[in-house]
Amino acid sequence: MTPLLTTKGLSCSFGGLRAVDNVDFTLMPGEIRAVIGPNGAGKTTFVSLVSGRIQPSSGAIVFDGADITGLPTYARVRRGIAYTFQITSVFANLSAYDNVALPAQLTLSDSRSMGALRAGVMTALERTGLADRAHMPAGQLSYGHQRLLEVAMGLALKPRLLILDEPTQGLADSEIDNFIELVRDIAKNATVLLIEHNMPVVMQLADRITVFNAGRILAEGTPEAIREDAAVQDAYLGTAP
Amino acid sequence: MSEASPAKAYALHLGVIALLFVLSFLLPDYYHGLLARIMVLAVFAMGYNMLFGYVGLLSLGHAMFFGAGLYGAGLAVIQLGWSVPAAFAAGLGCGAVLSLIIGLLALRTTGVAFMIVTMMFAQVVYLAILYFAAWTGGDQGMVVPQPTRVLTFGATSLDLTNPTVRYMAALGLFSLVLLITLAVVRSRYGRVLVAIRENEERTKMLGYDTFSNKLAAVIVSGTICATSGAAYALLFGYVGSSFASVQYSILPLLWVLLGGAATTLGPLLGTLFMYYVIDVTSGYTSAYLLIVGVALILLVLFFPKGILGTVRQRWLGWLP
Repeated sequence: MTPLLTTKGLSCSFGGLRAVDNVDFTLMPGEIRAVIGPNGAGKTTFVSLVSGRIQPSSGAIVFDGADITGLPTYARVRRGIAYTFQITSVFANLSAYDNVALPAQLTLSDSRSMGALRAGVMTALERTGLADRAHMPAGQLSYGHQRLLEVAMGLALKPRLLILDEPTQGLADSEIDNFIELVRDIAKNATVLLIEHNMPVVMQLADRITVFNAGRILAEGTPEAIREDAAVQDAYLGTAP
Repeated sequence: MSEASPAKAYALHLGVIALLFVLSFLLPDYYHGLLARIMVLAVFAMGYNMLFGYVGLLSLGHAMFFGAGLYGAGLAVIQLGWSVPAAFAAGLGCGAVLSLIIGLLALRTTGVAFMIVTMMFAQVVYLAILYFAAWTGGDQGMVVPQPTRVLTFGATSLDLTNPTVRYMAALGLFSLVLLITLAVVRSRYGRVLVAIRENEERTKMLGYDTFSNKLAAVIVSGTICATSGAAYALLFGYVGSSFASVQYSILPLLWVLLGGAATTLGPLLGTLFMYYVIDVTSGYTSAYLLIVGVALILLVLFFPKGILGTVRQRWLGWLP
């Protein structure tokens, strides 16, 4: 099986700081991959490089067999890389419906009918449990619902790779349980790359875990292997009492 | 924008058009002529609103697009002896080409730099008009001779200097542009434009090439403004450099702000309001601009989103 995403020698420097340092990364189709690491380890920079928000200093990114290193953001989204923001950035003045219609109308470009668009939007809203709030301005939704709206916008793009940047941050425990179910559901049709601090969520969801530290990959493996890894415990999980 | 109540929105717009049609038979001569002028200038405001209201790009140089239409059509008639339809098309063509070039250059900037760059380009156009006075008439401008302002269809001909014909031509153009604007802002493209206004970075992350979308909006906006300029030259017969001056870049901004940015009918309302306030106050005092200024300040204080913008916010959420 060919990998969905690979990076070779990917680096990104801000001034003297090497935020991402020579990273070789491989992601297989259908996986749920968690990326963990302490603050400032380069996780968000890494996925920003993949999604095209930041240009790398050196290295290459290959998506589905094609080199996408030089492609602008929008072109990567059209190839199937969707990114949901760590800091909620829905269109606050637009309705939840319009927020989702924007990505949905892009993937429906072959069908011009209003009905198809409406169906696509409502499907994404229903999967995230927001259907009854479709006509509320996004800015008036609760924080948890705004996070879900972000995911709905990602879903409406029908991505092959969905990057979720700290999706459970600020969610209540009850909301987190629903969220885990939602991600499992999404993973049936898409590969998920998940940046997450909440370790119980990571342990429940991830097929494999990649640990970042100081811009490099420190370790990679199954949740069990990572839990046992001494170096990881040192850098991130803290030593057992 | 929203999918709700398209029927209501279309009914309102057709109602406004019908009202303007009926007014043609009711208004006294002076106001009849004034309203025809206002409708043509409202097209200018609608073109401006397309870019400023919906995409959020504040240009201070839209007089150059109005001027491109005005001089494109006027010069075609006066210097080249073209017929009215050909001259009108020439005006549109000049506007489209100019807005493509300006868009490609000015969209490399954003915010304040965009305002300055558009203003500078507009000054270049204005000064070019003055410099080539041998063809353009310089600061004197040119009169489009009455006999040339006739539309001929086979045996019948329409005299555009006739007040009723002129009014109906202005109304026809206004209605067409109004309905096009309504269709565009309700379309998927309109949704993308608003998204760019609200958060351009996010729009890119949803798979949209925002530069191309903005460029298309500049061209649509510039061409609509040029349409207004071309119609002005052919209907009112005067082509003057003052229409390409800074004042005519500021006026559409004021009209749109007054009527309500990002509302389809706001540009008409704003243009109408400004003209009538000036008309009424100048009857009483020579210091009428002072009163206009006070009226503007009051409006900004109590209707910060413009007349229709505030109406939409408080009462009629479905207003497009």
